[in-house]
Amino acid sequence: MKRTYADLHLRPNLNDFEHTKQMITKAAKLGYHLIAIPLPPNVSEENLQKMRGICREAKIDFATRLNLKPTTPDELTRNLRKFRRKYETIAVICESKNVARQAAKDRRVDILNFPLYDYHGRFFDLAEAELASGSLTAFEIDAQPILALEGPARSRLLSNLRRETETAKAFHIPIILSSGTSDLMLMRRPMDMAALASLFDLENEQALQAVSENPVGIVKRNRGKLNSTFVAPGIRVVRRGKDC
Amino acid sequence: MLLQIESGETFTQDEVMSTIWKAVTKLYGETGASKTGLSLIEYDQMQRTATVRVLLKAAGPARASIASVTEIRGRPVALHVLKVSGSIRGLGKPK
Repeated sequence: MKRTYADLHLRPNLNDFEHTKQMITKAAKLGYHLIAIPLPPNVSEENLQKMRGICREAKIDFATRLNLKPTTPDELTRNLRKFRRKYETIAVICESKNVARQAAKDRRVDILNFPLYDYHGRFFDLAEAELASGSLTAFEIDAQPILALEGPARSRLLSNLRRETETAKAFHIPIILSSGTSDLMLMRRPMDMAALASLFDLENEQALQAVSENPVGIVKRNRGKLNSTFVAPGIRVVRRGKDC
Repeated sequence: MLLQIESGETFTQDEVMSTIWKAVTKLYGETGASKTGLSLIEYDQMQRTATVRVLLKAAGPARASIASVTEIRGRPVALHVLKVSGSIRGLGKPK
């Protein structure tokens, strides 16, 4: 069966319509079927429609994404309550341990993302993974720093990623590979992204899942939840009326 | 492997191959690079495509190295693997 490839972290400059269009068109050309772009919390319906229009033109599926960067766990829960039903995917950029722990155990969080350039700010350890394994949260790895860094900095990054992917695998936490870039030249084909994952010892099949089944599954699940027929996991309204 | 060189510039085959070799050496070291059996079969400067041969067991590392290339001669560039095949005929023509 043909895989559906997804990149859930494209970061075009949303103020530059042409740049956004170029990135979306290129993603489609590279073989992606689904993309997600982090939007600001106050994104206007007009901008959203524009983006959907570009995606329709490029024949690529578009999912809305919100990147939350809370400083406290309380701020995170407040924001989740406010935005969860407005976005198809919600990622938390974990910049502190408290936030990372709260994000890992909250079932409303889809994606955990850690700052890749700050090695002290990576809190994806055993405790974090154990919490995340109880929820539906996925661990996201951006390819951009792997391409942008070189020498000892890249070695250190790959070493961290190797340890973290091992931890994620041990706790059956889905891994997703995204581009995480705003630079057209740092976008890669899905199979090339999977090849890059071999640098931190992710097996080929798991790497392919990280650019296809895992991200697509998140969007599919949330679209189901955002549907008006959704009641609770496993329960859906199939018919309304007096005879029910 | 059939590669597409994405850039606003044109490069010579030596520049492209030397960049790929540098990328392999950077990621896997000289010993690792020596196990890839990397060589250029064909280069089309106009179409910006290159056909390279690598050993089957080194296809993964070679692909990762090719994907890690971000510049040639200081100019931003992206190398995309368009197709992988066991035979040159199987690579066909780029679309």
